[in-house]
Amino acid sequence: MREISIQLILQEVEKLCVKANTELRGDVLSLLKEAKRAEKKRFSAKALSAILDNAEIALKEKLAICQDTGMPVVFVEMGNNVHIKVNITKIINEAVKKGYASNYLRASIQKDPVFRNEKLAYSPAIIHVDIVSGSKLKITVLPKGFGSENKSKVKMLNPTSTLDEIENFIVESVKKAGAGACPPYFIGVGIGGTQDYAGLLAKQALLMPFDKLNKDKKLALMQKRLIKKINALDIGPFGFGGKSTALGVNIKTYPTHIAGMPVAVNISCHALRSASITI
Amino acid sequence: MEKLIGPLTKKKISGLKSGQEVLYTGVMYTARDQAHKRMIDLLEKKKPLPFDIKDKVIYYCGPNPAPKGKVVGSCGPTTSSRMDKFTPRLMDSGLLATIGKGERSVDVAKAIKKNRAIYFITYAGCGALLSKYVKKRRLICFKDLGAEAVFAFEVKDFPLIVAIDSKGVNIYE
Repeated sequence: MREISIQLILQEVEKLCVKANTELRGDVLSLLKEAKRAEKKRFSAKALSAILDNAEIALKEKLAICQDTGMPVVFVEMGNNVHIKVNITKIINEAVKKGYASNYLRASIQKDPVFRNEKLAYSPAIIHVDIVSGSKLKITVLPKGFGSENKSKVKMLNPTSTLDEIENFIVESVKKAGAGACPPYFIGVGIGGTQDYAGLLAKQALLMPFDKLNKDKKLALMQKRLIKKINALDIGPFGFGGKSTALGVNIKTYPTHIAGMPVAVNISCHALRSASITI
Repeated sequence: MEKLIGPLTKKKISGLKSGQEVLYTGVMYTARDQAHKRMIDLLEKKKPLPFDIKDKVIYYCGPNPAPKGKVVGSCGPTTSSRMDKFTPRLMDSGLLATIGKGERSVDVAKAIKKNRAIYFITYAGCGALLSKYVKKRRLICFKDLGAEAVFAFEVKDFPLIVAIDSKGVNIYE
């Protein structure tokens, strides 16, 4: 067994919270720059310039890219040979609290979702732990803003649904998001599994690089078609119309039951943020 | 670009047109979901609001705490449509302008036209950039709501775009 110290995990997750909130991902930044170069509409190009300026200021001054520092979603891949003395979810929640509080990130968590009368907090995070083979520990922090999370959808389609029907549901979901969830969007799509699992797949699809082709050729083609259809909606940056309503669509799939086809669409704003570390 | 200097009046905003960019200098009050709910509850009970909303500007924003040496942390707009169910009532009580991101409901558009009010949008998802325009910040009320409390921001040349003008012309239509 490989022992990993509590202190090391605490320290690294704290750093991930800051990095994810203040630095845009490489693929996100390069797609934003590309969109800016391609945009002909004056207002939309100006919107993209503001987005890029904002990313630069955030990085330089260690300010949050967006005031919505999200509900932190943390993905853990823990090798079966790794041993940690304390339950990892406890460590992560502790680190999130410290990382957010000491870096002036917003406390956005309401512990009572129904009556909503608790003081706002930094945690708990949403934590997904996967046990994998090996002796490593991989942790990813995705601060998910709720402007876009609110627009996300899951639908249980029929197993005989056509590609057109699947794609229409995805495009309609983006259309319904409109201008309010900070376009240009990044779209994560999960297909398969169960109702809950499709939602998780869609969220995980946001972690896949958006500047690389899907390894599955059929899914890559689907993504290409979807981006074309979504951009034809002409919502554009800040809702001003233009070439980019979405900068990428990633699809993640999983086997499902003969009777169903769960499809989930997780929408991310232009400030798609995540940071990972492998210990 | 046209400058708009507060305090605002119906007359001052009457010439602004949907799609027009303006730089606002003056005061804006942050308020989002829970602060709106409380204000409407007070109005329902015919109690006074903690601040006078007559001819005021509400900014849909829950700012980040101020890092050392700064006035405020990241402070961009939140989705306006969540406040749609409260806005007509506030406009009927004198509120003049709101700032946020995204579309508004038909009822809000009607209330804007009826009250000759206005709806602005600002740079969505650009909270770090927008924090540069905030020169002073003061807590007004609902401190227990944390980031959802009402703050007065004194801003200089804060970038706005007219989304629904006082005649009801809508940038999203």
